[in-house]
Amino acid sequence: MPRTLSEVVFVDGVRTPFGKAGDKGIYAQTRADDLVIKCIRELLRRQPDLDPAKVEEVAIAATTQIGDQGLTLGRVAGLLAGLPKSTPGYSIDRMCAGAMTAVTNTASSIAFGSYDIGIAGGVEHMGRHPMGEGVDPNPRIIAEKLVDPSALVMGETAENLHDRFPEITKERCDAFAVASQDKLATAYDEGKIQPDLVTVATRHDELGWGLATTDEPPRPGTTVDDLAQLKTPFRPHGNVTAGNAAGLNDGATACLLASEQAATEHGLPVGMRLVNYAFVGVEPEVMGIGPVPATEKALANAGLTIDDIGLFELNEAFAVQVLAFLDHFGIADDDERVNPYGGAIATGHPLASSGVRLMTQLSREFAEHPEVRYGLTAMCIGIGMGGAVIWENPHHKDYVSSVSADTEGAA
Amino acid sequence: MTTTTLPEVDEVVTHARAHDIQLPGGAGTFVLITLDNGFDHTKPNSFGAAGLRELGAALDAAAKRAAAGEIAGVGITGKPFIFAVGADLTAVPAITARDQALEIARLGHETFSKISALPVPTFAFINGASMGGGVEIALYADYRTISSDVPAYATPEVFLGLVPGWGGTYLVPHLIGTEKAAQLIVTNPLSQNRMIKGKNAFELGLADRLIEPVTFLEDSLAFAAGVIAGTEQVERATVDTSEAAWEGPLDKAAADADGRTGKAAPAAYKAIELMRLARTASREEAFEAENQALADLIMSDELRSGLYAFDLVQKRAKRPAGAPDKSLARKVTKVGIVGAGLMASQMALLFARKLKVPVVLTDLDQERVDKGVAYVHDEIDKLAGKGRLSPDASNRLKALVTGSVSADGFTAFSDADFVIEAVFEEMSVKKQVFAQVEAAVPAECVLATNTSSLDITEMAADLLHPERVVGFHFFNPVAVMPLLEIIRGDATDDATLATAFATSRSLGKTSILVKNSPSFVVNRLLGRFMGESGRIVDEGTPIEVVEQAFAGLTPMPPFMLISLVGPAIALHNSETLAAAFPDRFAASPNLAKVVEAKLPSFYGSDGKLDPKVLELFEAPADPVVLTAEQVRERALEALADEVRRMLDEGVVQAPQDIDLAMITGAGFPFWNGGVTPLLDRTGIAEKVTGSRFLPIGVASVPEA
Repeated sequence: MPRTLSEVVFVDGVRTPFGKAGDKGIYAQTRADDLVIKCIRELLRRQPDLDPAKVEEVAIAATTQIGDQGLTLGRVAGLLAGLPKSTPGYSIDRMCAGAMTAVTNTASSIAFGSYDIGIAGGVEHMGRHPMGEGVDPNPRIIAEKLVDPSALVMGETAENLHDRFPEITKERCDAFAVASQDKLATAYDEGKIQPDLVTVATRHDELGWGLATTDEPPRPGTTVDDLAQLKTPFRPHGNVTAGNAAGLNDGATACLLASEQAATEHGLPVGMRLVNYAFVGVEPEVMGIGPVPATEKALANAGLTIDDIGLFELNEAFAVQVLAFLDHFGIADDDERVNPYGGAIATGHPLASSGVRLMTQLSREFAEHPEVRYGLTAMCIGIGMGGAVIWENPHHKDYVSSVSADTEGAA
Repeated sequence: MTTTTLPEVDEVVTHARAHDIQLPGGAGTFVLITLDNGFDHTKPNSFGAAGLRELGAALDAAAKRAAAGEIAGVGITGKPFIFAVGADLTAVPAITARDQALEIARLGHETFSKISALPVPTFAFINGASMGGGVEIALYADYRTISSDVPAYATPEVFLGLVPGWGGTYLVPHLIGTEKAAQLIVTNPLSQNRMIKGKNAFELGLADRLIEPVTFLEDSLAFAAGVIAGTEQVERATVDTSEAAWEGPLDKAAADADGRTGKAAPAAYKAIELMRLARTASREEAFEAENQALADLIMSDELRSGLYAFDLVQKRAKRPAGAPDKSLARKVTKVGIVGAGLMASQMALLFARKLKVPVVLTDLDQERVDKGVAYVHDEIDKLAGKGRLSPDASNRLKALVTGSVSADGFTAFSDADFVIEAVFEEMSVKKQVFAQVEAAVPAECVLATNTSSLDITEMAADLLHPERVVGFHFFNPVAVMPLLEIIRGDATDDATLATAFATSRSLGKTSILVKNSPSFVVNRLLGRFMGESGRIVDEGTPIEVVEQAFAGLTPMPPFMLISLVGPAIALHNSETLAAAFPDRFAASPNLAKVVEAKLPSFYGSDGKLDPKVLELFEAPADPVVLTAEQVRERALEALADEVRRMLDEGVVQAPQDIDLAMITGAGFPFWNGGVTPLLDRTGIAEKVTGSRFLPIGVASVPEA
């Protein structure tokens, strides 16, 4: 039987408000799995006409897969969110690009024809599961000098990137970080962030129950002078500070993916359509450069060039790594196409969850910009990788649905 | 406010944690109060004096902010899985004066009324188990949501001997009408303290929204935001307060209470009286009437007995007095049952369901064995038919229960760890069975006997290992009656006894340790009580009078009880006891005639005394006709005498064990604390035996 590949669409995405990791954070006593469960629940609630049994896969990412981020999270979270027992699920780990990988895996399965509708997402409760919790690096990594020891400390890899690109100064990074805070504050003021936030009841034994309704990490009004005062914890007189990098955060995301055919049949909205994607390995010591070759590969896969991309959602693990990307592609630091709602420096970066945040925001931006045909979501990944996913805007005049008019009429 | 000093108690304080929340949709700032005693769900939130004061302070603070226009609403919810389970009853035994009781009653009303007094919309988000005062506090709020996974929702006060007197008798009927209110407040508590679930509470109208647990609090807060913003409408059925509509269901509830308590439990009637009053009384009048009622009840011996009984079944039942260390128990991986009759088959079903190990039924011939196994399999099918067992679970259970003919020397028991016999009540038969079984089973296999009256030591005497014989006495019906009497013979060792207790626990039974003695506890006391009743009838008092004499004392009148267990079995029990204690037990000649005539019951199918029975009865030459009161007094005197003898003989460890046995094995009511609190309360214990069974204050109001 001839195989028919399916086009895959991003239907909708949501996330919890992001919190600061640690004892004082909003999620200090809230379980990690509960965060992602609320996201799955919200996706289902937003599509009341979709029979939950039609969701045929739940892929959930977490970097540290132990405790409340363990136990085959995708499966358990699906059950706890109210999906039927017939819906399977699994866990994914590709460090910071966990949710991004959950999306590409799920999308690939849909494209292949294994199923039609799936949920992909990620969670990281860095308060309950600090980076590196329980890791046991193989001693050969050091003995055989496979990678520099600094490769396992993300802040040090960012400082390494400054060595490679001396033209990316601390001042440029701080200015980029301030812009990120400003753009997020503006997006909040314009009500562009709130619709995608899932409120989460937060448990605390001394404060009682609370309700998380807004991101905790942003510092609106931050100035470059403020940032200039901050310490550089990874190197004496270095460049990377808490102000020009994403923080340590708690949060979860999830999105609904479908074949374009199924979306049409079930009346699901189309936020964007997957064009192509690529993950690429780089030197672990400068993992921040990863999005560059990943984007080049994804563009090549898609037969596009960087000039075709009208909107960029780049994860801001560190300002230096975004600037390295922009410099490579000849894009200005303050280009309006880049992170219009601000980025991880302002919102926070709960590792494995961030990929879907980029996608959800890109889909909203597509709706605001029907003149843009293609957009890019990209991120750097610990241990030396980059991921890039190219999306097409269904609101663009040249967009052609893969579903024929006849089928639409029958649906 | 009064200045009464409440007794000092070690209260587990349920804190009221107030936290500001920004409502979704910009509906404003909302104060969410979490009730949390700092423990996990195994120690639920309850309201003691300190907790109520803390809640009061949180509500006062919210009231100030509400008056200042700073907040848009106030809500109350619980800790994970628990909303609140009512007043902290551990403080009650320390209350020695009525004004202290009154103070506790008023403190509840005063604190909860602060909720209704708030000038902003108020909400209760019932997230988990909710009982008594936990139900009531939510009724002071303007709106309620309830989680669909709430496992228990109830006002159990009447069951214990109280009324839901922190507003329940006024607020519940005004919210949902008296028919449903009476069900919740009177009928359910009197029906083995029946609890309902969140969904049922919603259907009764006790909450405005039923919300799934996964996003219960988020959705509840969204509901609150909607109500405050005016986008969410709440509609409730109106309650008919006309006299006819209001009183009818209460009359019915009173009649129902008569049937269940014989008018002996004051709480049910007090609750009904308060609900009657609630129709026309103002809220203040109704609450004050509740205060007075609570004070009266808290100072009643019936309540103290109820709390004593509750403590017995909750605590003493879990740690049987005199039982050896649990760690001595051996694992039971296979059970053998000698006999395949009805009782044996019921046991097989229970063992298979609870222990989930292979159970082998044996009997003399294949036909009886097949019948016994078929009975169990049919019962499993019935459970599956009701949806209480999945097809897989039912396959598993059926595979566990098999049969074997005993003529082959009990080879099927060769790997059994626990064998129980349920053969004919005849010492020689039992001894022979045990001797054959012992030849087949492993050296450490426990040999248990379900005998209801025979001597355990004698039964074990001729075995190679008499130390492994133990009495394991079930009550009929096996699956329903909670009690299991565990009897230690002279030779029984600790490992055997510990295994018996562990097995009883796995079977879900309440067990008490009983000394090897005639008819053990329940049958001995029932035998004395029914024997005395029989003697009174034999002497000339009409059966009807005797039957009326025990309302509120026993779950059913004596001759109805004899009919239930079967006249032949009752006669056998009284003959055993008469043989052991000829001075005070005698087999009734009239009962013997009924047995001889093979009449199955004293009552006909119409529920009335069978005239054929009455015809058999021989009228005495000099009839002594007693009044119901005299009958009751005489029967209680006999019970007091027997209880004292049993304690003196060391049949059980303490009067508490007798009460626990009579409550769980014979259905004696909570409000009498079983039997000894009643005998103390009526002065009969002292009159007959010279002293009380329990010190003042244990199951009665302490002296100030």
